[in-house]
Amino acid sequence: MIGMRGKFFHMPDIELLPPDNRPSRDIAGKALALSGVSNLPAWAVIILIAGLIAAAVIVTNAEYTSILLILSSGIALTLYVTFFAYTLALIFGLVAGLMRVSRNPILYTIATLYVEVIRGIPLLVLILYFFFVIAPFLANSVPDQFAFVFRDEALEGIIALSVGYGAYLAEVYRAGIESIPRGQMEAARSLGMSYPSAMRYVILPQAIRTVLPPLGNDFISLLKDSALVSAISVKELTLWTRQRSANTFKPLEHWTIAAILYLVMTLGLSVVVRYLERRYAIPK
Amino acid sequence: MSNGSPIIRIENVHKRFGKLHALRGVSLNVERGQVLVIIGPSGSGKSTLLRCINGLEIPEEGRVTVDDIPVTHSAANINAVRAEVGIVFQQFNLFPHLTVLQNVTLSQQVVRKRTPVESQRIARELLSKVGIPEKAGAYPAQLSGGQQQRVAIARALAMNPKIMLFDEPTSALDPEMIKEVLDAMLVLAQEGMTMVVVSHEMGFARAAANRVIFMDEGTVVEDGAPEQMFTHARGERMKQFMSKILY
Ligand SMILES: Nc1ncnc2c1ncn2[C@@H]1O[C@H](COP(=O)(O)OP(=O)(O)OP(=O)(O)O)[C@@H](O)[C@H]1O
Ligand SMILES: [Mg+2]
Repeated sequence: MIGMRGKFFHMPDIELLPPDNRPSRDIAGKALALSGVSNLPAWAVIILIAGLIAAAVIVTNAEYTSILLILSSGIALTLYVTFFAYTLALIFGLVAGLMRVSRNPILYTIATLYVEVIRGIPLLVLILYFFFVIAPFLANSVPDQFAFVFRDEALEGIIALSVGYGAYLAEVYRAGIESIPRGQMEAARSLGMSYPSAMRYVILPQAIRTVLPPLGNDFISLLKDSALVSAISVKELTLWTRQRSANTFKPLEHWTIAAILYLVMTLGLSVVVRYLERRYAIPK
Repeated sequence: MSNGSPIIRIENVHKRFGKLHALRGVSLNVERGQVLVIIGPSGSGKSTLLRCINGLEIPEEGRVTVDDIPVTHSAANINAVRAEVGIVFQQFNLFPHLTVLQNVTLSQQVVRKRTPVESQRIARELLSKVGIPEKAGAYPAQLSGGQQQRVAIARALAMNPKIMLFDEPTSALDPEMIKEVLDAMLVLAQEGMTMVVVSHEMGFARAAANRVIFMDEGTVVEDGAPEQMFTHARGERMKQFMSKILY
């Protein structure tokens, strides 16, 4: 198998590159060794090799390098929006998910309304609605020292994204909690634990492990959906790329690099998610 | 209270699941130190009766009191009762994300507020008692069924219950593991634990029980000492049932 893979990708695409962009044989050799030795799936090997070629092109071409450096400043804002929005969404989702499995009809109804209403509205509309309607209203009605939250586009974007993703994550948590056999709750309660203690120490630790893959997927989706806050003039990677490419009349170079940057981030995250899944797997 | 009064009183209990009338007027007293074995066909209400004793089910009619505490919807009562009653399930219901030791210490720390050191000392004692001290660091999925069930017994005992309930503790086990679990239960019985055991293990009933009741269709049909029950079953239904489970 390893041998076959090695043969299949035998010194592949270097000849396809323009001669002045060819990376040294050394890098190519390392790539080959990596794809041969590691047991990555074929698609990952293809992406890896393409990525190395792209990296080689970018590093050896002064123009691409400078575009990369300029666009990189948009990454900081993209990551900032993504991480904070996801953290908040995890909290909203957990609270709403717990309310959805609650036997209290008031809590259940409130959470169900939240989930159904939010999931029925496009995320972009949600962001625009928050930006144009809710935030200005809140900015005028909360105490002055908090008003800045509703005047800062990035924070507004974070709140809107997290409210939207909170609704998706609520359903993920709910499914995870419901996937735990009833006997677990009964055993915990029979040992004298209260419902909140049983949730905290017995049900949630298992439920969250079960839903780590969908939670991870939603994290990656959120990273991609963070591009939507470009609509409310947050200068994250997408809006920044758009402005730079318009100013320089070089859409091909700019959008290619932006796409590659997103790809690098999402692939990197999926590696992290897989690591976490393995790290927290329940021993069999 | 006084040692003379029954520790479990069940008076004319009715339990329905929708249209299904699972318990139809069950009355039963269990004395301190008594080992009661419940037998009966599938669906006769044995598990439901057991679950009424620790408040996992609350009957619509009738009264259940444990050590003079009424088992009602009141959370305070249910918690007080559960502090005195341990239960062991057919499917073990160990917490799979925790080690054996953590399974036995968790509720001690969360409910009894014992320190980690104390709860671990108690847990190790109990694991020795049920014969698996060396498995403290293992996860449930790494144990055999018999070992898992013994952990479940240790976990329940860690709360110092006055009463232990067992719902078919050996019926999910391979034959060669049944004895190790029954042995652990026998030790408890000999120590004077009040036990209510749903089980068709006749050998255990003969060795450990002072009393056997036969349930059918949500009622207690026969009630007596094990020898008398097994050798001279009076009623037709129990005779039929015995002929099905015995060779
Ligand atoms: N939560 C429930 N919801 C609906 N019906 C139930 C529920 N629990 C038990 N029942 C029904 O009540 C009746 C009595 O059930 P129970 O589990 O007490 O019987 P059992 O004597 O323990 O039977 P088995 O030997 O199969 O365990 C059965 O018909 C069962 O299907
Ligand atoms: Mg049963």
